[in-house]
Amino acid sequence: MPTILQVQNLQTRFKTYDGLVYAVNGISYDLNEGETLGVVGESGCGKSVSMLSIMGLIPQPPGQIAGGQALYHGSDLLKKSDAEMRHIRGKEVAMVFQDPMTSLNPVLTIGFQISEALQLHMAMNADQARHRTIELLEMVGMSQADRAFDNYPHQFSGGMRQRAMIAMAIACMPQILIADEPTTALDVTIQAQIVELVKRLRDEIGMAIIWITHDLGIIAGLAQRVIVMYAGFIVEHASVDEVYDNPRHPYTISLLGALPRVDMSREERLTSIPGLPPNLIGLPKGCPFAPRCRFVVDRCRQENPPLIAVAPNHEIACWVNVQTGDLR
Amino acid sequence: MATVSETLPQIAEETLATREPLTPAQLAWRRFRRHKMAMFGLLLMVLLIVYVVGGAFVFDEKYANFVNTSIKLQAPSQAHPFGTDAVGRDILARTIYGGQISLIIGLAAVSVALVAGVVIGALSGYYGGWVDGILMRFTEAMLNIPQLFLLIIAAKYLGDKIQNFSAFGREFSGSVIVIIVIIGLDSWMYLARIVRSQFLSLKEQEFVTAARCTGTPSMAIIAYHILPNSVAPIIVNATLGVANAILTEAYISFLGLGVRQPTATWGNMLEDANRYLETAPWMWFFPGMMILITVLAINFVGDGLRDALDPRARVE
Repeated sequence: MPTILQVQNLQTRFKTYDGLVYAVNGISYDLNEGETLGVVGESGCGKSVSMLSIMGLIPQPPGQIAGGQALYHGSDLLKKSDAEMRHIRGKEVAMVFQDPMTSLNPVLTIGFQISEALQLHMAMNADQARHRTIELLEMVGMSQADRAFDNYPHQFSGGMRQRAMIAMAIACMPQILIADEPTTALDVTIQAQIVELVKRLRDEIGMAIIWITHDLGIIAGLAQRVIVMYAGFIVEHASVDEVYDNPRHPYTISLLGALPRVDMSREERLTSIPGLPPNLIGLPKGCPFAPRCRFVVDRCRQENPPLIAVAPNHEIACWVNVQTGDLR
Repeated sequence: MATVSETLPQIAEETLATREPLTPAQLAWRRFRRHKMAMFGLLLMVLLIVYVVGGAFVFDEKYANFVNTSIKLQAPSQAHPFGTDAVGRDILARTIYGGQISLIIGLAAVSVALVAGVVIGALSGYYGGWVDGILMRFTEAMLNIPQLFLLIIAAKYLGDKIQNFSAFGREFSGSVIVIIVIIGLDSWMYLARIVRSQFLSLKEQEFVTAARCTGTPSMAIIAYHILPNSVAPIIVNATLGVANAILTEAYISFLGLGVRQPTATWGNMLEDANRYLETAPWMWFFPGMMILITVLAINFVGDGLRDALDPRARVE
């Protein structure tokens, strides 16, 4: 399938009073048309910042995009002016946020917020936009869509609001949907409904999805490929089956070890990763995961391993082959 | 126990009847109604408006400005319930027409301040950086100039620059416009700071990022997404600002620099009374009371609005 988005060596930093925060440190990945890419990692590892960087939504200052490219259909999004980006945001690339309680404007009706994008990008008048918005609300499974149009966000439950957010994001039939932990704030049954909804919409619209989460369970049923991020670096990049069946980076292995499984016996305990995620002020010397790593060797503390292919469709950034114990 | 079981079905019935969710404005009105002083202030304001508007149908403006020195300085009587002033004009009629001017000045000056304060505060808070730096230093500079001093200078040099004009079927002194503009341009600073602080916190909200994500231009975000979220403090501040503007008009007029005669305002009526404080107390008592009642009413309503629009900021 043709590549739609090509991110190369993206670097984002923030100036703070304590020093430069290295939030994203040269990540590269491709996204193909109609594909779902999962991005996994713990809080503060640069998942959201890397997406906001692509969208041109990093406040500058204090943020700065120190380097890299994000080629969308061959043209670099990072070099576009704000006016040019306005025609891409919402129309070509849309985003759904984590907390539907805070990402909908409390004083505007749901209808206004969805139809705004239609009027901006699709040159619709108010009547056409209203008509289309009600269709969209029906598409995302909102009951009584014509009444919902004139209602305010506080009149809906969290799941319904997230459906409205999704309607807003798909309003202009975008090519790429960036979903930034869209199910984290929802309870489990609603999570499943939202995942099913997004899958259905993906197949209907044929859009590519970047799904950010720290829930590995959701990714398994949704994505084709997975990126695992740690401290602003990609540490493992593989097809979804490879990641679950054959994880090779110590961090991914630890993450999976911390995940409850149905086939686990009651006596087995979940393992947690010792230590804390690193402070991102200043670039680490060596591998950022080294202080918490079970397999750490001397070289890890000296040199940060690059991302290298270890199998077809499988790249990791580690000096140690954890399956054999050999060094690379 | 009996009372509980009796009231419960009643509550259930009520909630069923009012199941249609309330809009934010309806919720605010509910809270406002519970505020006794605010309702009293609202009643006073309605009565004042009836007084200055309805009174105009009883007396015409010529009568209010009619000079008849043979009946000057008369104490309240049947013919002139509020008495007459130093040139024999009827004080009752003049408080009516003066009230119109004073209220118009209050509202219009606040509108000027509102536009200036909201625009400056919004740009400053939303864009931040050097825009914020320049606008806020300018705001601080304006705050550093003593207000009365600025008003006196402005009124002295601009007071006669504008021709008289007519609107709403009556003749206005051009100085009304001057007073409106200089009071307005001298009272936007606190409003600008309030709007700025609102914008500073609201622009970090996720719904603003979400709006930017759909490609909404900055001006639309400022006007449709952030501003409606900060109306509550703006309304409260503007309401209280009306009272201040009316008082300020009274100050300048009392110093003889306000609206020119024969157009009456409560302020310049007080100025007239200056030389007769002891001999003709009705000359200052009635316009003074009107100012007092108006300012009081507006402040009560402002307090009520503050509680009604921002229940979290309530200090009991």
